[in-house]
Amino acid sequence: MVDTEDDVLQTIAAALQPFRKGGAEITTATDISEDLNLDSLAVMDLMMELEEKFDVSIPLNLLPEVRTVGDLTATIRKLKEG
Amino acid sequence: MALFDQFQDLIRSHAAVKAVGADPFGIKMERVLSPTEAVIEGRPTILVGTNNYLGLTFEPSCIAAAGEAIETQGTGTTGSRIANGSYGGHNDLEEALARFYGRRSAMVFTTGYQANLGIISTIAGPKDYLIIDADSHASIYDACRMGSATVIRFKHNDAADLDKRLQRLAGTEGNKVIVVEGIYSMLGDQAPLADIVAVKRKHGAYLIVDEAHSMGVLGDKGRGLAEVAGVESEVDFIIGTFSKSLGAIGGYCVSDHPEFDILRIRCRPYMFTASLPPSIIASVTAALKVVENRPELRTRLWANVRTLYDGLKRRGFTLGPQRGPVVAVQLPNPEIAVHAWQQLLGSGVYVNLALPPATPNGTALLRCSVCAAHSRHQLERVIHSLTEVAYRIGVLTVPARAAVG
Repeated sequence: MVDTEDDVLQTIAAALQPFRKGGAEITTATDISEDLNLDSLAVMDLMMELEEKFDVSIPLNLLPEVRTVGDLTATIRKLKEG
Repeated sequence: MALFDQFQDLIRSHAAVKAVGADPFGIKMERVLSPTEAVIEGRPTILVGTNNYLGLTFEPSCIAAAGEAIETQGTGTTGSRIANGSYGGHNDLEEALARFYGRRSAMVFTTGYQANLGIISTIAGPKDYLIIDADSHASIYDACRMGSATVIRFKHNDAADLDKRLQRLAGTEGNKVIVVEGIYSMLGDQAPLADIVAVKRKHGAYLIVDEAHSMGVLGDKGRGLAEVAGVESEVDFIIGTFSKSLGAIGGYCVSDHPEFDILRIRCRPYMFTASLPPSIIASVTAALKVVENRPELRTRLWANVRTLYDGLKRRGFTLGPQRGPVVAVQLPNPEIAVHAWQQLLGSGVYVNLALPPATPNGTALLRCSVCAAHSRHQLERVIHSLTEVAYRIGVLTVPARAAVG
């Protein structure tokens, strides 16, 4: 069964909670490197965590195109669909 | 935005480190006295951060061979092997390496970095997959960026996670190439190679092992982790370096693949750089003979490993998970590590300072590398100095009786 866009978004948002800056909500428009307290290493760890949660491998080659939470949601959904 | 604005954070953090004391990333060896000693800041200093595992940098047979080569063949080749041609020594060294590993072919590169960059970026094509350990060396990551394959990371030293990743790729077109290291350069732990080979066989993948830190160190013959694990025939490509156990500079790859040599006219980091100078080729060829003929160096290295690793462990330091020639002392954070590193240098001991992002899991390390040429006395001094520094900065608690005394 393919996760709905909302399921995927909720899971990503939950994983990103510890990195929120101030009280800003996490939305599809949140820029992962600019709007959150995440350095490049933390991004790599986060990817491992999401790969585990979604049972999917996220190729490193796709990361340069992932800027926002919305991009990440779309990427994971596409990978899940195969 | 000015060109160098992107480096401002780095400039600030580097300045903060330098303000406290010696620059860990700009150390000057004023005079090198031996494989294990140099003069730094006017002080004779014990070197425990060299990767000079067998202590061959001053090996007389290597120095003599390099001297003769420079006299008879000159200082450099001034160009690449495909454009300027190979000197006899290049081919002889490749044959010697192939013989050493019992392989069909060997290719020599100008640095170890380029060996990884070249082989890994070239061997996997646009439809193929590179599946790399998450804690891979920068040269492996750079190779992945340079190549055209799809790149997937698996959890460090976790064969089950590797299996899961390959399972997800089942049915996809394209070759799967696994990349692991014999000994990981930061924490000094070894790949679970037998388990990785089992996964490799199950999925019909290829396997590259980077033996940079394990060649000359592991195995009765010094051929590295693949030899110890008894899986040499399952490793498709072994990559290594001349800059650690062999005491010079350069890199290589050995393989049994019948068409391996085609890489010489396809692999850009091999093609578009000058080849190694004759003196280096000669000293490395001599050093390889030492690795083959003097296994007692390995015995001495491992006795020294036990002295340092077990000695530090007994004092209460947190070390890497496995005993080996890379002994990584883990400290709570980068600030404490910089401070400890500077104090240690002041007491005449040089180790490597390793900070994130070069280290796994954001750890800060005083990374020691053991040499066969270290004397017991030197290693005991290193343990003593490290312990003193750790007491002073509060990383270790002074035992009650020591405090009284």
